[in-house]
Amino acid sequence: MATALKINGKQHQVDLPGDVPLLWVLRDEVGLTGTKFGCGVAACGACTVHIDGEPVRSCQVALSDVWGDVTTIEGIGTPDAMAAVQQAWVDHQVAQCGYCQSGQIMQAAALLAEKPTPSDADIDEAMQGNLCRCGTYPRIRAAIHDAASKLKEA
Amino acid sequence: MASVGKILRRTFLIGSAAILGGVAFGVYYVNRPAPNPLKPGKGEAALNPFVLIDQNGVTLFAPRAEMGQGVKTTWAALIAEELDVDLDQITVLHGPAAQAYYNTAMLGEGLPNKGYDISEFQHNLGEALGVIGKVISLHVTGGSTSMKDGFERMREAGASARETLKQAASDRLGVDRGQLKTASGHVIAPNGDKIPYTELAEDVAKLEPVEAPLRDPSEWRYLGQTQPRVDMIEKATGTAEFAIDVRLPGMKFASVRMNPKLGGAMNGFDDSTAKSMPGVEKIVDLGDGVAVIATNTWLANQAVEAIDVDWGDAPYPPETDAIFAKIAEAFDSEPNSTMRDDGDVATLPEGATEISAEYTVPYLAHATMEPMTATALFSGNKLEFWGGNQAPTFMQMKIAAAANLDTEAIEVHTTYLGGGFGRRTEFDFGVIATKIAMAMPNTPVLTTWSREEDMRHDFYRPGAMARMRGALKDGQAVLIDAQVASQSCTHQAVSRMTGFTGGGPDKVLVEGIFNQPYAVPNYRISGHIADLDIPVGFWRSVGNSHNGFFHETFMDEMAHAAGRDPLDFRLELMKNEHAPSAGCLEAVREMSGWTGQTPDGVGRGVAFTYSFGTPVAQVIEVVDEDGSIRINRAWIACDMGLALDSENVKAQMFGGMMYGLSAACFGEITFTEGEVEQFNFPDYDAMRMHTAPQVEVRVLETNRHMGGAGEPGTPPSMPALGNALFDLTGKRARRLPLINQFNLLI
Repeated sequence: MATALKINGKQHQVDLPGDVPLLWVLRDEVGLTGTKFGCGVAACGACTVHIDGEPVRSCQVALSDVWGDVTTIEGIGTPDAMAAVQQAWVDHQVAQCGYCQSGQIMQAAALLAEKPTPSDADIDEAMQGNLCRCGTYPRIRAAIHDAASKLKEA
Repeated sequence: MASVGKILRRTFLIGSAAILGGVAFGVYYVNRPAPNPLKPGKGEAALNPFVLIDQNGVTLFAPRAEMGQGVKTTWAALIAEELDVDLDQITVLHGPAAQAYYNTAMLGEGLPNKGYDISEFQHNLGEALGVIGKVISLHVTGGSTSMKDGFERMREAGASARETLKQAASDRLGVDRGQLKTASGHVIAPNGDKIPYTELAEDVAKLEPVEAPLRDPSEWRYLGQTQPRVDMIEKATGTAEFAIDVRLPGMKFASVRMNPKLGGAMNGFDDSTAKSMPGVEKIVDLGDGVAVIATNTWLANQAVEAIDVDWGDAPYPPETDAIFAKIAEAFDSEPNSTMRDDGDVATLPEGATEISAEYTVPYLAHATMEPMTATALFSGNKLEFWGGNQAPTFMQMKIAAAANLDTEAIEVHTTYLGGGFGRRTEFDFGVIATKIAMAMPNTPVLTTWSREEDMRHDFYRPGAMARMRGALKDGQAVLIDAQVASQSCTHQAVSRMTGFTGGGPDKVLVEGIFNQPYAVPNYRISGHIADLDIPVGFWRSVGNSHNGFFHETFMDEMAHAAGRDPLDFRLELMKNEHAPSAGCLEAVREMSGWTGQTPDGVGRGVAFTYSFGTPVAQVIEVVDEDGSIRINRAWIACDMGLALDSENVKAQMFGGMMYGLSAACFGEITFTEGEVEQFNFPDYDAMRMHTAPQVEVRVLETNRHMGGAGEPGTPPSMPALGNALFDLTGKRARRLPLINQFNLLI
């Protein structure tokens, strides 16, 4: 039975069992590989996407339970037209291996939407579910603060 | 000495090669060229390992894997510096697996010197030995060697290409080459006319390459300056292609389960449930494991988990305690090495006080963010492979053996690595992906390990123990006698990679403890190899990762026993032994405002490790917040000799420190019934945003030789934290991880 999904503004019909996690629908069915698999148990945040603007771990949301419009890293900006938060990531040279960064950026984007001027404590609270084994946290923090001030000016 | 002189003679040449519509530079060889790894397609041509100029511009084939350390960017800068092209005019690609990309610096590191006291003679010998890397195809990214390796080679390729381009323009214009200039990818004539390199490429191919001296560092435009990383936009937009992102027409997805009793046999399995599960296309019997090929990775994983497997026992003691008893037993065996034996440690100097301690550190997993993943496409007489690997020539050999094909029939594509840390020098995941794809010929199959499979089938940093004995007199260390015991990851890795049993003194087992720049008159370090068959391998900073902790915790214990400030105590022993090392300690003292005193509720620790040619000092501050201990701040000073890109060096330094702190706080792989007890991040956690310290890094450049950046930040982090906890609580951390002993913030 096909399930209808709206991803990054586009409609998709997905023919997979309803218990397949959204992560694997995105990656192996729809071909949106920017969202990463890290742990499968919501412990690393690499698979973070937005459903109706809310950050969720897509490895924990079954296809049949997707309750709204899905936005992935590909949906918030492109190499030629990056979102402010992505630009801040580039300006601060955040990524090392880069594998966790899609999830970090999606989590940060949701934080900035909710709290336009996050404090360090807000960043700690919002970002602690997103693991980075390269240890890029100091630059992630700096990039979030910078994106916040840029978004304010805009 | 004559034979040494012969070795030292530079026997390699820089060449060029004509290609269709262009020219390739940097063909680099010992006596005869290594087979050229790039196979020109129709209408395009690529013949050389390093740089190619054709109608489309300049392409650099980076022979080192990008695993987060910024190597693509800095290698591009090395070429651009001499070639006079702008960084954004260069396309950087990973070179395929090839002997031509041998790693010279890594073999040089194999010499039995201490590193910090390396003489010019040894330095040259190290370079000469690097030639052997070519012979045995040491195409490896590891040992923090990328910049040391590329520093000369890439600039030479760029300089020769530039001068040869000028020669081609000179011939065309009838103007002496000396009157021509180059800038931004053009040769500029005296009258100001500009000829793009791309237009000259075909002419250049007909010329003998011109040898050119390298520019003086004072003329550098890129090197020594921080460059925007070429991979940053891709990584910020989800468009960077990791192994797990490779997508090919008709692709299928696989999941694998190998024996959790590592190295044990598979006695049999029942796949009756799995066979009929949704999406399942094929069950694959790997002999020592099972895999499922399906239409979706998750469906493949559900099915492979549903297979009932009868696993044979592991070839090592099944419980952690028995494993460590075996490690302790090794202390009683003859030492495998005594890499340092200064003075007389048998006799306690008159009037000296003796002190001793025993330390234990656990097995550790690499836990790269991207689990082991690879794609293979088998088409009968050929196999194509896509993966993030740190050693593509070894990978190619091992895949060829698994597929029963010649190495020439294996094409290895190296993607971005979702973390390496040493794990991706191994080839197990490539061999497994190959075997799975061979079960479904002409279909590309992407095999993704679950996190649990990855965590429980690693080549672990070996558990290790140290017995330290020291003596103090007049407030100074006058004797250090240390024994280190662990499995030898070098012997095991050599045996896996080459098929020959590794042997001989294992320098890696004692690196970071035998070669530290402290002037202690009676100083002996011996290494003992524990006879165990747990798979072990290279984990970021390797032997330094445990030895840094042993040595620097003991230095702290000695300083306290002597009633001395631990930073002064170290500095005094170091300042006449190795000034750049002492400079790092002085730098962190200044940066942190170190006074030796801390207010109530605050603790500070210092540590120092010289590794991979780079001295690194760190000060770490911990704070007690209502009984919970948080790592608040950290200061790092390193001396790179020459820092090609200081912002990138800083990222590697604090990243290396975080990796070490993650292990120090939480990292522990334990065994029960022969199986690893940790499955996923909840039981093998790491630093996170709220637990990671604020950090300040200072990069110094006084050392005589360029050092590595990727690993040296890791070793001193663990003892610096342990020493800070001692300062805060009075409890000495003699075992890791610290979470078992201290109430750390989680």
